[in-house]
Amino acid sequence: MAEYLIKNGFVFDPVLGINGDKTDIAIKDGKIVESTALSSATVIDAAGKTVMAGGVDVHAHVAGPKVNAGRNFRPEDKLFTYESGKGVRRMAGGFSVPTTFKTGYSYARMGYTTVMEAAMPPLYARHTHEEMRDTPIIDEGAYPVFGNNWFVLEYLKNNEVENTAAYISWLLRTTKGYAVKIVNPGGTEAWGWGLNCNSVHDPVPYFDITPAQIMKGLMEANEYLKLPHSIHIHTNNLGNPGNYETTLDTFKLFEGEKPKDEFGRQQVMHHTHVQFHSYGGDNWGNMESKADTIMDYVNAHDNLTIDIGQVTLDETTTMTADGPFEHHLTELNHLKWTNRDVELETCAGIVPYVYSPNIKVCGIQWAIGLELALLAKDHMRVHLTTDHPNAGPFTRYPRVMKWLMSQKAREAQLDAMKWGDKVRGQSLISGIDRELSLYEIAMMTRAGTAKCLGLAHMYGSLKPGLEGDVAVYDYNPETADDPEQIERAFGNAAYLFKAGEMVVKDGEILSNGRKRTLWVDVKVKENPQVMRDVTEKFLKYYTVTQANYEVHEEGYIRNPYRIEVDATQ
Amino acid sequence: MSKIITDVVCPFCGTLCDDLEVKVSDDGSKIEEVYNACVIGTEKFLHSQATDRLTVPMKKDDAGEWHETSMNDAVEYTAQMLANAKKPLMYGWSSTSCEAQSIGHEIAELCGAVVDNTATVCHGTTLIAVQDVGVPSCTLGEVKNRADRIIFWGCNPAHAHPRHMSRYSIFPRGFFTGKGHKARKMIVVDPRKTDTAGMADIHMQIEQGRDYELLSALRVAVRGAPLPETVAGIPREIIQDAADTLKSGRFVVIFFGMGVTQSLSKNHNIDMAIMLTKDLNEHTKAAIMPMRGHYNVTGSGEVMGWQFGYPFSIDLSRGFARYNPGDSSSNDLLRRGEVDAVFVLGSDPGAHFPFSSVKKIWDLPSVCVEPHYTPTTAVSKLHVPVAFVGVEVGGCAYRMDAVPIHCRKVAEPPEGVLTDEEFLKLVLARVKEIKGVA
Ligand code: SF4
Repeated sequence: MAEYLIKNGFVFDPVLGINGDKTDIAIKDGKIVESTALSSATVIDAAGKTVMAGGVDVHAHVAGPKVNAGRNFRPEDKLFTYESGKGVRRMAGGFSVPTTFKTGYSYARMGYTTVMEAAMPPLYARHTHEEMRDTPIIDEGAYPVFGNNWFVLEYLKNNEVENTAAYISWLLRTTKGYAVKIVNPGGTEAWGWGLNCNSVHDPVPYFDITPAQIMKGLMEANEYLKLPHSIHIHTNNLGNPGNYETTLDTFKLFEGEKPKDEFGRQQVMHHTHVQFHSYGGDNWGNMESKADTIMDYVNAHDNLTIDIGQVTLDETTTMTADGPFEHHLTELNHLKWTNRDVELETCAGIVPYVYSPNIKVCGIQWAIGLELALLAKDHMRVHLTTDHPNAGPFTRYPRVMKWLMSQKAREAQLDAMKWGDKVRGQSLISGIDRELSLYEIAMMTRAGTAKCLGLAHMYGSLKPGLEGDVAVYDYNPETADDPEQIERAFGNAAYLFKAGEMVVKDGEILSNGRKRTLWVDVKVKENPQVMRDVTEKFLKYYTVTQANYEVHEEGYIRNPYRIEVDATQ
Repeated sequence: MSKIITDVVCPFCGTLCDDLEVKVSDDGSKIEEVYNACVIGTEKFLHSQATDRLTVPMKKDDAGEWHETSMNDAVEYTAQMLANAKKPLMYGWSSTSCEAQSIGHEIAELCGAVVDNTATVCHGTTLIAVQDVGVPSCTLGEVKNRADRIIFWGCNPAHAHPRHMSRYSIFPRGFFTGKGHKARKMIVVDPRKTDTAGMADIHMQIEQGRDYELLSALRVAVRGAPLPETVAGIPREIIQDAADTLKSGRFVVIFFGMGVTQSLSKNHNIDMAIMLTKDLNEHTKAAIMPMRGHYNVTGSGEVMGWQFGYPFSIDLSRGFARYNPGDSSSNDLLRRGEVDAVFVLGSDPGAHFPFSSVKKIWDLPSVCVEPHYTPTTAVSKLHVPVAFVGVEVGGCAYRMDAVPIHCRKVAEPPEGVLTDEEFLKLVLARVKEIKGVA
């Protein structure tokens, strides 16, 4: 395989502690190596350029039934966005819900190499994998949803953590899933009857359990299994004024808990798109930022991680397993609404949304996301996301970097808002002059996310032995002065190497790569009771047979990468 | 000795029953019995065993006479036809696997084709309505476990989806529906007294083509506003009674079929039905679901969706995907004479398209890939017999609620007969050679 020596670039690697030093990076046989290991390398001149490990996205909705429902019910999302095929590249289009091909190419062009699909309904796991199979270049994994699953509700009602763990192990293997996702615990099941759970103590109808018990129990099961990633939570009461208290209530459930995995993660829970969960006030008129209160808590507790869910001020397509929230949203904006309840497991809702800079609330939401990142003390634990496509498309990451790295750019955006002064008054953004460095951006987008996922042994750094995933950007940190350069450069990688292969050069896709699908195979002690329960539920309540539920690697999963965990000890 | 294969998926209708048992001979060559399937499903399996099965490609000469030809020649003809056409139509896809569809799409992209599926003549109107107003829906297990109010509108599952009512919608006992059909109320809207209507608690025998009015009236009644004496031939009291029945339910499901999608007002009917569902969600829980016909028409829409962004009628001829039903849909293109070759796989437009369209297929270079001899064969220039997907080869298919299920292979295809996927792969390779792409 080809060897590459990337010379003279400004390297940013928080894992190795390299902060903009000119260092050469060597790639051989798909991995990062010491440059002495090279024999006949192609030299890439990265002088005046920024070099980082490939980006790792911890949370995006890029494949599966709700993503595709979003594509199919929004032909308007394809307007002006189509690119013809060329060379190895298939034709591709879509803005907030791009086609699978476009998803792969766009991530690659931003220098990203690994992306996690943040919510996979188990019954639709096959669909999710089919889409990931058709997404070129990037490595992907998917999180099955557990927070409203009938098995989990019933086991945890009786505090049966071991049974919950055995069920998780079975479901991860059956669906080829990566981690335990929780969305509006209990509330989505309540939505089966048009109801919701608005606080962590609201009982789930008919199941005699509360969201707090579900989240706590799943955390215990997750640590019992020693999974690479922690539980991944989207808590109750998303998107409502005053909801920061629900968020704090959720955080507090995990106080004093320690991770038990052997993958080097620090957290017992990841809370996703915290921007949507940091609202003060009690109505849309007095809704205000509580990012400071939230970040005070996050900064003081190192057993949790968050991602920001940055609003990008675009027209987009919201989609979540939080069914009642999407119904609430369609009542609010009166745009089209798709909903799909999934037997025994979950639900999904989809509604288009316009985050207009002319709407005050959107401006405050925009400010909150940035504040979370700017008030963070440890960017290894605070990640950059837009909850794609919920708060905005992932293709806006370079723009979010610009806002994080430049106060001038933030002020310009505030000035461009119709209610800029009111946004300033009901948020903290104007009073924050912090500008993040590329080192911190590398933490938020690579080193921290890889660690949080339990994948620091593969991604997130340029340490010899790791995957040969390297991004080179045409950005000179010593001379750059215009914030727009940030957005331009990070949206168009000069080079991207994926598993040692050059897949992007000057923004053009050279190869579809050898994308891999990551999944976690965790071994537990035999548990006949859980297996009996599974058989019974399939006979009585599911509409597919148990034998037709499993997604087999063959045919459905491109280059499966199985991560084995032994939880029998 | 025979053996029994369990958990077999029925590749016939959108109900996609996956609990079939098939008895095959020891060497796997012969299907002896099919258990659990309905009559039509059973027939699909047994038909693959027909002794007069087509196994060799047939080509029509200039005089209109059919001659056997080789598979190589069939691939060559198809590849040349598609590669040399300016705007070929590649139609069908609803009775084949997602894997085959995917390869078909790659060919279509290379040849600048129009790809379209059978939704264009059945639930395409539904897909358009969904683009207008969305669709609150659910999986069939939600119906089984929760639903106590069922509407069948313009569909007749007793005949078209024979196991639907027993597996999912009326008879089964689920988690919250322990009393089965006894605790369910069934409403049928149909101008005919169908066998399904005969079972209903309320049969609204609507005047033909008046679906839009009746749906509007139900929305009015759900809101408690006054109604005229009769709407669409249905007395006010019955409409009010139906609305009250729905509102008093805990979980309402509306199933609808081609009786509404293809009657007057088309997609506007479905807009209204979906909005009725949305209204009901302010009072109770409600969902709506199209009764999709072919076993994998839903899958075709899904694969097109993730690869191109639209569910049917996709024109790739300009180098990007363009979607404009009424313009980029099969019948419009055929009747306007805008396509110069026709490739059909996994459906039978010869039987279902208007005669004016079928005549166009007759005039054009055309290929029909299909296990049976069909009306489409009769008007095509080349017929390529293939294996039965879901019987002789596995593959993914999507049920009417878009749940993907992997179809199982239960028997060997006759010797020399390719699967859809294998045939398409050969065509793709040849098209690439002709086009000079890597
Ligand atoms: S109802 Fe449909 S899927 Fe089920 S056995 Fe009959 S034809 Fe097959």
